[in-house]
Amino acid sequence: MTDHAHLRHGVKDNHYKRLAIAVRELLIEKGVVTEDEIATFMARMDARSPELGARMVARAWVDPEYKKRMLADGSAAAEELGIAVDGTLLVVVENTEDVHNLFVCTLCSCYPRTILGLPPDWYKGREYRSRVINEPRAVLREFGTDIADGIELRVHDSTADMRYLILPQRPAGTEGWSEDRLAKLVTRDSMIGVSLPLRPDQLDQLEHAAE
Amino acid sequence: MRSHHDMGGEPAGPVNMAEHDYDPWEKRIDAMFSLLVQEKRLMRVDELRRGIESLEPNAYETLTYYERWIASIGKILVEKGVLDQAEVDARIAEIEQRPDAELEA
Amino acid sequence: MSGRFSVGEKVRVQDWDPPNEPRKPHLRTPYYIRGKIGEIERICGDFRNPEALAYGEDGLPKQTLYRVRFDQTHVWPNYAGPPQDKVEIEIYEHWLEPAAGDSSP
Repeated sequence: MTDHAHLRHGVKDNHYKRLAIAVRELLIEKGVVTEDEIATFMARMDARSPELGARMVARAWVDPEYKKRMLADGSAAAEELGIAVDGTLLVVVENTEDVHNLFVCTLCSCYPRTILGLPPDWYKGREYRSRVINEPRAVLREFGTDIADGIELRVHDSTADMRYLILPQRPAGTEGWSEDRLAKLVTRDSMIGVSLPLRPDQLDQLEHAAE
Repeated sequence: MRSHHDMGGEPAGPVNMAEHDYDPWEKRIDAMFSLLVQEKRLMRVDELRRGIESLEPNAYETLTYYERWIASIGKILVEKGVLDQAEVDARIAEIEQRPDAELEA
Repeated sequence: MSGRFSVGEKVRVQDWDPPNEPRKPHLRTPYYIRGKIGEIERICGDFRNPEALAYGEDGLPKQTLYRVRFDQTHVWPNYAGPPQDKVEIEIYEHWLEPAAGDSSP
């Protein structure tokens, strides 16, 4: 999907926007839902972002016992940090010297929304969903990620009831860093597995650019 | 027969990295659906998916993500008798007559 | 937890292609993996069957869900990557059959 309704259409010429308004109004008039309830769910969703997943990753980098618990039960590990997962069954898989993981949903666009927020457009698009399963290394190169031939690449197709989070490797040169500082290295894409976390020098550049 | 939504391994072009921030109307559809599933227990995720998969291949390819969602949600709610197709159609026709300012929610 | 397969066991995915009549099936087993042989990576638990949930039915009895690991070179004959690469997929028990006697991929 390369274009978006919000660019193409206003409400007037978009049947689906009108349908959305019609469905919502009718559900409210019938007493099925209320405006407040919808607002509550929107706020709940807005509170979800990759920062939640990054906190989990940073904790796992500094606390080996937490990492063990996280790999055994990702949902419990999220809740341990006060992150509500709303029943999501989270599987955390770990990148190592020998294995690199990434996830996709080839059938729709299942995504660990409770800990990463809403997915990026490309995650839901035909190109990623089609190709990352049978030519993952080529797709990773499009993201600027080169996985050496000696490394085992594992693609997780999120087809059913589990949701995935990739635990990336802790970058070199971060010895002694605080958990908060480490979390800044953990990008959304590194938790999907299409990129590696930032290196310390990349974080420096970003922070200088922001000043 | 492979369904058009089941696309693992199909040929496709390079990944388009452009991203957009979700608009309020998209978030509102998402929130309404989550509410219907998690709290109201009126729909299930698998029903949403089935409704999306039932779109014609051309519609599946050309609609945006949340356009597909609302198409499915509307269909499933009518199927379940929560909404009536005639009242949905009538409301859409009425919305077409409203001034633009009221619609940009 | 139920489940007829154990971790490490070789399984074959059913090579089913259900018809679209009388209703288009909602299937969570991707087309590309049907008929392929893999190994149980873990047992995820028991879940209502999405094929029935998608049509508003209760999805009972629950089905055991497994994560199954496949060699990419087995799944895709033209796979361009190295031989150790894997794909891992969640598959419900009714889509699996034992493959212990088969030559491993």
